[in-house]
Amino acid sequence: MIRRAALVLLAWLCVAGVAWAQAPASGTLTFPALTGRVVDEGGLLSPADRAALTVDLAALEAKTTDQLVVVTLKSLQGTTIEDYGYQLGRQWKIGQKDKDSGVLLIVAAAERKVRIEVGYGLEGTLTDAATRIIIENDILPAFKTGEYAQGIRNGTGQIARLLGADAAAVPAQQAPIPDTPVLPLILIGVFAVGMLLFCGVTGGAVCQVIMQMLFLAALSGRGGSSGERSSSFSGGGGSFGGGGSSGSW
Amino acid sequence: MFGSIAGAPRRFRIALIIPLLSLLLTGCGYNNIPTEEEQAKAKWSEVLNQYQRRSDLIPNLVETVKGYAKQESSVLEAVTAARAAATSVKVDASTITDPETFKKFQDAQAQLSGSLGRLLAVSEAYPDLKSNQNYLALQSQLEGTENRIAVARRDYIEAVRVYNTELKTFPGSLYARIFYSRNKPMEEFSVADSVKTVPTVKF
Repeated sequence: MIRRAALVLLAWLCVAGVAWAQAPASGTLTFPALTGRVVDEGGLLSPADRAALTVDLAALEAKTTDQLVVVTLKSLQGTTIEDYGYQLGRQWKIGQKDKDSGVLLIVAAAERKVRIEVGYGLEGTLTDAATRIIIENDILPAFKTGEYAQGIRNGTGQIARLLGADAAAVPAQQAPIPDTPVLPLILIGVFAVGMLLFCGVTGGAVCQVIMQMLFLAALSGRGGSSGERSSSFSGGGGSFGGGGSSGSW
Repeated sequence: MFGSIAGAPRRFRIALIIPLLSLLLTGCGYNNIPTEEEQAKAKWSEVLNQYQRRSDLIPNLVETVKGYAKQESSVLEAVTAARAAATSVKVDASTITDPETFKKFQDAQAQLSGSLGRLLAVSEAYPDLKSNQNYLALQSQLEGTENRIAVARRDYIEAVRVYNTELKTFPGSLYARIFYSRNKPMEEFSVADSVKTVPTVKF
């Protein structure tokens, strides 16, 4: 009996250890929740501005599949906008997973900093030089007179123009292929049914252990994505590596 | 321990124990060391990639600055020399387990960062150069590359931390001794140099 308990405990520990290791390491920065395509934590935009921007950004994604998100921050929490920006992009997973096609327009009004953070996949279109020009020519002049909404609209307009031109150069957008892992599911299913049959015949401790491990593995595998389904908009799984440029006013 | 399945046919039992054992080994981190090693290597190649990109931008920058600020020849030569020194350090995937070459690489890149920072700083004194479109583009690319280097280095440091911890802690240390005895801990960038490598560029 004790042996059996010890075996169950060991297996639990091992599986728990894996789940633990997969949990993202929590840094010192905190990030606002991704509540939509426009996250106005800094309170710089009117509801009408937010709604209009959201429509434009959704249209951009519909046309090019690129995800552009506008975020205004209350504070950079003592770090640089470059440091905050790529981590926010990774946290939110903006951009399509296979293309890393996300862009963030980040405004930190308290620190008077603005940044266009470009996902890995768009660094060729939205080059550092191109984003610098957008910031200097289209965003900063409006920001200097306190017209944040205007500056943000100018910026997203220019970014969308560059991304749209990119999409026009590509002849046709392929429909995204759903990447459901069919084979592993079948294998797990076969294994589970086999185990059930076997456990029905013998009913031993080994069975319990395996069933519990399978159950836990299924749980930990599902836990990662469940939180993202609550809002209508979510990141597509893109990643960021520090592309883009910043400006201040 | 397996008494309760003693009644089952022998072959069936073996067929069951093998997947169980592999599941247990996987669950207990048997695969962690090779997985984390590959991850750290991928991060390292990204670091190299970004340093290479910076290196590629420098000749263009030097040429552009030369056109406007010939009298800064000592600074220009320092950048060119530092770039040559940095490219002469031969690095590849094996560098990360070789402390000596790693330190050489790190020092050479830090040296280059320093002289590059000085070049960008003296360029501030030339209004014609500062308004040159080519210079502006190069400057923003260089800035972006410095930022990417910083990100790539941080990703690499994190991956190495995970890998080195796995090698030293239980049960990784056990697997390391039995199965992966040739795996060595990897080198990390020292914090002092990462501060040095970010030249301050003001507008």
